[in-house]
This record gives sequence, structure tokens and C-alpha cells, in this order.
Amino acid sequence: MKFAEFVGKNHQILLDSLLRHIELVTISVLGGMLLAIPLGIWLTRHRRLAGPVLALAGTVQTIPGLVMLGFALILLGTGMLPAVVVLTLYAILPVLRNTYLGIVEVDRGYTEAARGIGMTDLQMLCSVELPIALPTIVSGIRLSTVYIVSWTTLAGMIGAGGLGDLIWTGLATYNKQYILAGAIPSALLALVLGGLISLLERRLVSAGVRRARV
Amino acid sequence: MIRFEHVSKQYGRAKVLDDISFEIKEGEFAVLIGPSGCGKTTTLKTINRLIEPDAGQVWVNEQDIARQSPVALRRGIGYVIQQIGLFPNMTVAQNIAVVPKLLKYSRERCDQVVRELLAMVDMPYEENAHKYPAELSGGQQQRIGVLRALAASPPIVLMDEPFGALDPVTRDSLQEEIKGIQKKLKKTIVFVTHDMDEALRLADTVIFMDKGKILQMASPEEMLQHPASPIITAFMGKHIAQGGDRAPMVAEDFMKKRVLKAPKTSRTLEGIKLMSSQGVNSLVVVEEDGSYLGTVTVEDLRTSGKAGQTIEALVSDKVPTVHRKEDARLAFDSLQSTPDNFVVVLNDNRTVAGLITRTSMAKALGEAMWGELV
Repeated sequence: MKFAEFVGKNHQILLDSLLRHIELVTISVLGGMLLAIPLGIWLTRHRRLAGPVLALAGTVQTIPGLVMLGFALILLGTGMLPAVVVLTLYAILPVLRNTYLGIVEVDRGYTEAARGIGMTDLQMLCSVELPIALPTIVSGIRLSTVYIVSWTTLAGMIGAGGLGDLIWTGLATYNKQYILAGAIPSALLALVLGGLISLLERRLVSAGVRRARV
Repeated sequence: MIRFEHVSKQYGRAKVLDDISFEIKEGEFAVLIGPSGCGKTTTLKTINRLIEPDAGQVWVNEQDIARQSPVALRRGIGYVIQQIGLFPNMTVAQNIAVVPKLLKYSRERCDQVVRELLAMVDMPYEENAHKYPAELSGGQQQRIGVLRALAASPPIVLMDEPFGALDPVTRDSLQEEIKGIQKKLKKTIVFVTHDMDEALRLADTVIFMDKGKILQMASPEEMLQHPASPIITAFMGKHIAQGGDRAPMVAEDFMKKRVLKAPKTSRTLEGIKLMSSQGVNSLVVVEEDGSYLGTVTVEDLRTSGKAGQTIEALVSDKVPTVHRKEDARLAFDSLQSTPDNFVVVLNDNRTVAGLITRTSMAKALGEAMWGELV
């Protein structure tokens, strides 16, 4: 059976898997951002804690995905929930680190000027620090997204669905077509999402900051 | 307007401010100067509470600033920092209007402020308002930095080495502008610099600091004439190098040595040709042995001279002469009183040493005041 034929015959399953995959990635990355960005900002105000917290997040990152999923399976059972929990944990680190570093690396001249002209801490954060740190933060999000797209294929193992299902099926049955049908869309998805985030970055980042970086 | 009372600040063991007290009056341009680490920037930042003193009080407008909210205090005081400080993510207009916006001015009013201020520094609104700082030259950026500090019309503006990173030409013109703005808008300005030229040029009052103490607070003239400490003298260096212990200046210090001379036997036409080729209108005439005889002007030669005749007959001795070692003041007085615009300087043997013209005088005075000119 040719690959095209296979795709034609199974297009409904492929589409469902792809959509589930996108769903898992979106929820995990958004969840990771929701946790990591505020935490990163908080760390810039409590810099003594930044070292330990970033080290801890780094340690989580080193635990093999298989092991984490195994634990999640034992503690939370099968389905989407354990997968999302594990993937969210993995999504945190790049965003956290880049949020923290992006803001810390904002030149002191800017923050001093902001304070000196009478901005409150929140005003300084919103109108000076975050806009200047934005490119760094966005590149953390992009990195997270690309990783998570690939790690989400593991989630098929614990019954969360997604393109991983196809790959595991293929591996279990020595079916090359299934493996490709999972792997190719997954790779393309990583590229497309990465590209979309870059487009979004262009819209969000001030032209002045982009120019200043060149 | 701004009053320090026994203000001290310590970092660890180092005393950055050591019991300082002074007052800056309304409308005064005060310049804080001194070697690095003297406490000048700390003093400045104490005024808008970027730094909190350990002891003593600071009064702004007769109010103890320790009892005001730092944010409110800062919004009422303009602040210009070194080099960067313009927010790169905001346009020129947004940067200028940032304090008015914090103070909740209406959009129309913010826009009006931006237009008025840009007009003041001759940067057309249409051309500049929507640019980002990265698109401006260093001088333009710092101009906008100054405008941002002025936008909410604060009576006081603090400036922390604002022109330190600019090239000399741009710095010159910005200094002129800021001085003009200060006079026009009657601002009280506190300005930190380590450049004595800048201090002398801008200040109504110079506050010289060293090791956290004020060594002298005086007008630039007073400080030049009576520096209160050897440290100040050293710091002013070239500015007072010609004063005090140096020998008084004599005529030869002011003269230019290149002189157009002609022997008295020259013919009229030769004389005219010589003068026109050198672009001057008088000629120093000397005897055969080189001693000074007098001068002739191109006019005299043209009106009364006859072709073929020597110039000797037309020589005038009305131009004042001075001996080269004579007090420069005498030469200066002669120069002021003569209609001929120059004075001839003679050597011991009455040969010509040089001329003192208004230009050579101005050049020498400039060098005396600002050091060797390039």
C-alpha cells in the first residue's frame, strides 16, 4: 500500500489525531506560560530566589519524559489530564528562564529612567520592562512550543491520543505507514507553530525594540 | 527651593555623603562637580529619592521629601540621565509624553506638549514625532531626553551627566540650548558633570565635592579666582594655569610672528603687488639693517604713490610700537586706541619681532583661558 493511499483511507483518523495533538500542545503551552511568566516576573523582584527556582525547573526538565508520564499514569490514571500535567511542567522552563533573563537584562538605564520620572513598579513593568524583554520571552515560548509538539507524541502512550497514537500503533505492528503518518504531521506542526509565533512576535514587539536590536 | 540639611549616606564603611548642607535657590543653575566617587551623583539622586539618605533632611519647596510619596515627588521633578534613558519601545512623541500621561493629561494636551517642545529644539513634529530613538542621532536622542524631563513643566530638573557621551560639537550646541531653555523657562537645574568646561559654561553656582563633602560652593568666576582647595585648583588645571604663580604676560605672548616686511627702497608698485598678493592692506617698512622705520598702507601708495618711486617717502610712523618684553596690558591699550588695528612689536635692536592684531590678541587670550587651541 502506498503512503498516499494509506492517508486517503485513514484521513479521518489522521485528522482527529492531529486535532487532538494540537489541543494537547495548546493547552500545555498556554498552561506553562500562565505559570511561567508570572513566576518569572516575580523572580525578577526576588532575585535571590531566582537561582534555586531556575535550578529546580531545570532538574524537572532532565527527568526523562517516559518516567514522568509513568508517574503521571500511576498518580492520575490515563487520558488527557496526566498528559497535560506532564507537558505543562515541561513547557515551564524555557518560558520561565527567558522571562526572567529578558527582564533582568533590560538595561539599568531604562529602569532607572522609568523610576526617576515617577513610574510605579507596575507601570515600569508594563510599559518598559515587558516591551523591551518581549523578544526574549517570545523566543522562550517558541522553544517550548517546538519541544512540546515533539514530546506530545509520547502522550499517546498513556491514552491521551494525538499523533503519538499513530506512531505507537505503527511501532507495535511494524507498520511504517502509521509511523510516518504520525511523524510527518508532527514535524510539520512544529514548523508551522514556530512560524506562527514568529509572525505574532512581529506584531507584538515594538518596531523601536526591533531596530534597537539590529 | 532645594535644601540639604546635614545629609549623610553610607555604603558599608564608605561615607558617600558626609554631613552635607547647602541650598539651591529658585531659578538657579547649579552644577555638581568633582572627581569620580565624590558623591555628586548620590547627591543628585537624593533629591528625587532614588537614593535615601541615612541621616539629615532634604527639603524641596519647603517640604521634607521623606514625607512625600517618591512617585509623586518624581513626577514633579524632571530627570535626565546619561546617554540612554529614552525608552526604545516608544516613539519620540510617546517618550516625551510619558510623564504627562502618568499625570493623566488628556490626549490632546499630551499632543500639544509634544508639538510645542519639539518646536523649541527645531525638530519638526511631522519628521520626528513618530520615529523611534534608535533612528535618531545621539545628540537628537539626548535632546528628546531633555524634552521628556520638561514635558510636565516641572520647576526643577535634575541632569546626571547628560552630555557626557556626545561628541564635542553636539555637546556644545546642547549646552547652549539647555542654558537658553533654563533662562527662558526659569527652571531650577541641578546638573552633574565631571567636566570643568561644562561646569564653568553652564553654572550660576558650582558645587565642588570630594569624598562626600562640599569643598566649595561659589560662582564660576569666584571659583576660578579663589579656589578653596588644591584639589579644586588641580581639577581646574588649564583654566587657571595662567594665573597666580606664572610670570605676568608680556607683549610677545600676544603677537603673531609672521610679518610682511619690505625694505624702504622698494618701489611703489612692488609694495602694492606684495600687499595684494598677501591680502593685507599695510606693510611694515624697514631700514637696510632691518630696523623698524614705519608702515605704509595700500591706500597711501595708490593715491599718493608714483610709479618707480621708492616707498620711503610715504612711510608713516603713527602706528604704535611696543617692546617685546613690555607688559601686555600696554600693548592692549595701544591696540585699543590706534585706528590702524595693529601694534608693532620690536626687539632690543629695534628690528621687528611681530605684530599684535585683534586676532592674535583674541587667540592668545583664548589659549590662556582654555588651553592650547588646535
